[in-house]
Amino acid sequence: MTEQARTRVAIIGGGPGGYAAAFMANDLGLDVTLIDVEKNPGGVCLYRGCIPSKAFLHVARILTEAREAAYWGIAFDEPKVDLNRLRESKDEVVKRMTGGLGQLCKSRKIKYIQGRASFEDSRTLSIIHDDGATERLETDYTILATGSRPTPLSELFLESPRMMDSTAALQMEDIPRNLLVVGGGYIGLELGTVYAAMGSKVTIVEKESTLLPGADPDLVEVLHKRLEPFVERILLNTSVASIKEARGGLAVTLEGKEAENKPAQFDRVLVCIGRRPNSSGVGLKNTRVSLTDGGLVEVDAQRRTKDPYIYAIGDLTGEPMLAHKASHEGRVAAESIAGQRTAFEPNAIPAVVFTDPEVAWCGLMEKEAEAKGIEVKVARFPWAASGRAATLNRPEGLTKLITDPDTEQILGVGIAGTGAGELISEGVLAVEMGATAYDVGFTIHPHPTLGETIMETADLIFGHAAHVHQSRPEPREAAGKE
Amino acid sequence: MANEFKLPTLGEDVQSGTITKVLVSPGDSVSADQPVLELETDKAVLEVPSTVSGTVEEIRAQEGQTISVGDTVFLYTGGGEGDGGKAAAAAAPAAQEEEQKEEASASGQKEQQPAPSSKEETKDEAKEDAKQAKEPPARKDARSKAEAPPAASAQDKDNGSERKAAPRRSGPVPAPPSVRRLAREIGVDIHEVPGSGPQGRISAEDVKSYARQVNTDVRGMGSAGRAAPLISLPDFSRWGDTERSTLGSVRRRTAENMSVAWTAPMVTQFDKVDVTELEKLRKRYGKQVEAAGGKLTVTAMIVKVLGAALKKFPQFNSSLDMDNDELIYKRYYNVGVAVDTDRGLLVPVLRDVDTKSITEICVELSGIAARARERKLSLEEMQGGTFTVSNLGGIGGTGFTPIVNAPEVAILGIARASVEPVYQEDGRFEPRTMLPLALTYDHRVIDGADGARFVRFVADVLEQPFLLFLEA
Repeated sequence: MTEQARTRVAIIGGGPGGYAAAFMANDLGLDVTLIDVEKNPGGVCLYRGCIPSKAFLHVARILTEAREAAYWGIAFDEPKVDLNRLRESKDEVVKRMTGGLGQLCKSRKIKYIQGRASFEDSRTLSIIHDDGATERLETDYTILATGSRPTPLSELFLESPRMMDSTAALQMEDIPRNLLVVGGGYIGLELGTVYAAMGSKVTIVEKESTLLPGADPDLVEVLHKRLEPFVERILLNTSVASIKEARGGLAVTLEGKEAENKPAQFDRVLVCIGRRPNSSGVGLKNTRVSLTDGGLVEVDAQRRTKDPYIYAIGDLTGEPMLAHKASHEGRVAAESIAGQRTAFEPNAIPAVVFTDPEVAWCGLMEKEAEAKGIEVKVARFPWAASGRAATLNRPEGLTKLITDPDTEQILGVGIAGTGAGELISEGVLAVEMGATAYDVGFTIHPHPTLGETIMETADLIFGHAAHVHQSRPEPREAAGKE
Repeated sequence: MANEFKLPTLGEDVQSGTITKVLVSPGDSVSADQPVLELETDKAVLEVPSTVSGTVEEIRAQEGQTISVGDTVFLYTGGGEGDGGKAAAAAAPAAQEEEQKEEASASGQKEQQPAPSSKEETKDEAKEDAKQAKEPPARKDARSKAEAPPAASAQDKDNGSERKAAPRRSGPVPAPPSVRRLAREIGVDIHEVPGSGPQGRISAEDVKSYARQVNTDVRGMGSAGRAAPLISLPDFSRWGDTERSTLGSVRRRTAENMSVAWTAPMVTQFDKVDVTELEKLRKRYGKQVEAAGGKLTVTAMIVKVLGAALKKFPQFNSSLDMDNDELIYKRYYNVGVAVDTDRGLLVPVLRDVDTKSITEICVELSGIAARARERKLSLEEMQGGTFTVSNLGGIGGTGFTPIVNAPEVAILGIARASVEPVYQEDGRFEPRTMLPLALTYDHRVIDGADGARFVRFVADVLEQPFLLFLEA
């Protein structure tokens, strides 16, 4: 015990939730201490998640586009991949971003402690440094932002360098000839896309009946169709029965309708079957924080836990486990601590799968509306009718709006297609602003762009899109009517 | 063809009331001016006379129900208008009558029961009210308007779904985050706010005007003692059995008035009066007053003294008009006397106490208090007070802090007199009857020194009644 310090707000975990909370609390004039095991803030997002994977996905896209340039009569030689340089440049991106955050903490005079914190009681933290030294920190409030980690394949656990989780996959030690991706969720599909573009023969197994379970089927279909020729196989309703070390690889037996009974050999297996919250090992038993059966921290609208001195944000509080959700929660928690009347109550949290094409959605989707018995009016705009998509030779996309049938208020937006991740922001804005289809349809979008598809979809609600003809079921009522 | 008898206008202030008794049944013949309903309004129970004559066909009014001027009380045949002024029934277009007849036959069964003594009915009503009480405030605010006319009300009970205001929206409200935040910050539930924009879109202005409306309703008269939306009650049944009972109109009005009064900064000044001599006088002349038809009480004597005190200290007989930066002095001296009744606190007013003798005041006070307890007070008898007296001495207590009966600016509380040893100038202690007084005043209008002077003046006059003649 070297010294004892005090802080108004301690934040455990320097990911996108933690540092956003720290910066917000700092802006609100609170004394802030940010604690993380890394040298600089960043968390999974910057070190082992969003940012490195997007760097690789960018590279994958270059490779794919170079190959597909043949359509326009442009031929490139097969590219040579310098793995060392690739890793280096990815690491540079990560270092630049995390270093920048560290710098921001300094210039904001946020105290940053590198170490592992746990609760001695609700208002006392014990922090262990790398060198084993401990310090104690008295707090008024603590924001818990320790995030999540990949869920392992528990029963089939195999101690082997050929078994990877998302963290290991982003190390990219080599390009395996054969790669099995277990889990057809967004992480598995993104990393599978990267390895496939690099030249791996990728097999994807998903135990549900669809890729991206949870997303609307029409959006998933766009991606599925494009993935099929791109990867070796996609096996749905399939799970892993056994994995064994074999000569020069892993012998994997799959079970399911489409699976053969004999084991198949893979150089590596990537397991992406979800993430679990890092809610143990933080000393929560010394506080009044309560957890769900799944280990998630129970919080209220202000992200306050059952312990009035402790807030929790980000992956710890549950799905969607996304960086931007964590950041927003972090801001809310900081505002609440500063005494503001605030609440985490977004109408829409965008979800983006950065595959090729990307799939993105926000707000109420058809699947959810159906499950909850909510009546909606849906309009779909196929990108085959988009000039911009044609010039990109990417006509497979789809944009759709989910609206209230009475008011035409936009409740949800779904986009599958190249650039969907950038396009969805307009949809989020529309949902958050309570915009109606008329509002969006009468917002001039630049031509020719993929963003136009959102405007045209809005027009379709009234049967008026310029580039799609549909028989008109009912005459259009005066817009803006009461 | 059946005509409707609708609740007629009963006085300027009466818009609605709760039916405490229905005095006629189907088949009865009624004549003009015959009482047909007993209606409890804000502070009085009134008998509602018929303005028509004929035979009652069907009763549309039920005990316990709130009824507004213009609502149908019963359907009748034959006869005609008792006086030409109430043309409403006759003017009703035939089509509307048809419609109402249909309604009547639809729900007729239920309503055939003569309501008065049916316990079942009252229980239903109470449940209904309890249900209403659980509804969010916005909807209740619209209550007087939304309270369905009798026929519809019976149907409501059947299908339960007919509440007037729009149902709470589900799903995202058509309001941008900035407006939702504003609502949260000022304690308004965005789901309750009606949007003025296209498709019900909610603007910042909508939120503000809704908040203003809610505040007015809560602070002002519209809706009774209802909590502002930010105060949410816990589920009391978690800790044991509970029972919900509807606020009577007197209790509701008291709650409203007290909430309004509480917004004034008030001071309570205490004093004690030696009433040993006064008590002797009271006993000596008690018989004489009784012969005149009254009872000589300390309250009556104090009311008399107040007539002089209010003249001497006119600011105690004023009201504050903040909107115009004015103080309104009243040149009449009407003292309200708080009366405890089984329905709650009523304050009948004794007029022009400065011109009346103590005997006159005693007689009047006896009568008015009795009428208050019998629910026979007219509204007029409870209006126009300029100052209030509240005597809790009959029950006990050494002192209390009354709350000013706004828009008056002061109130005098009287606690129980007791015999105390009082130090005399010659060094002895003497048993004296001491009466505790508590004067609460609105400090915006009255300063502390004046408060002390006022209560001291009242005390002096009670100790030395002759002063009354010197001063008056």
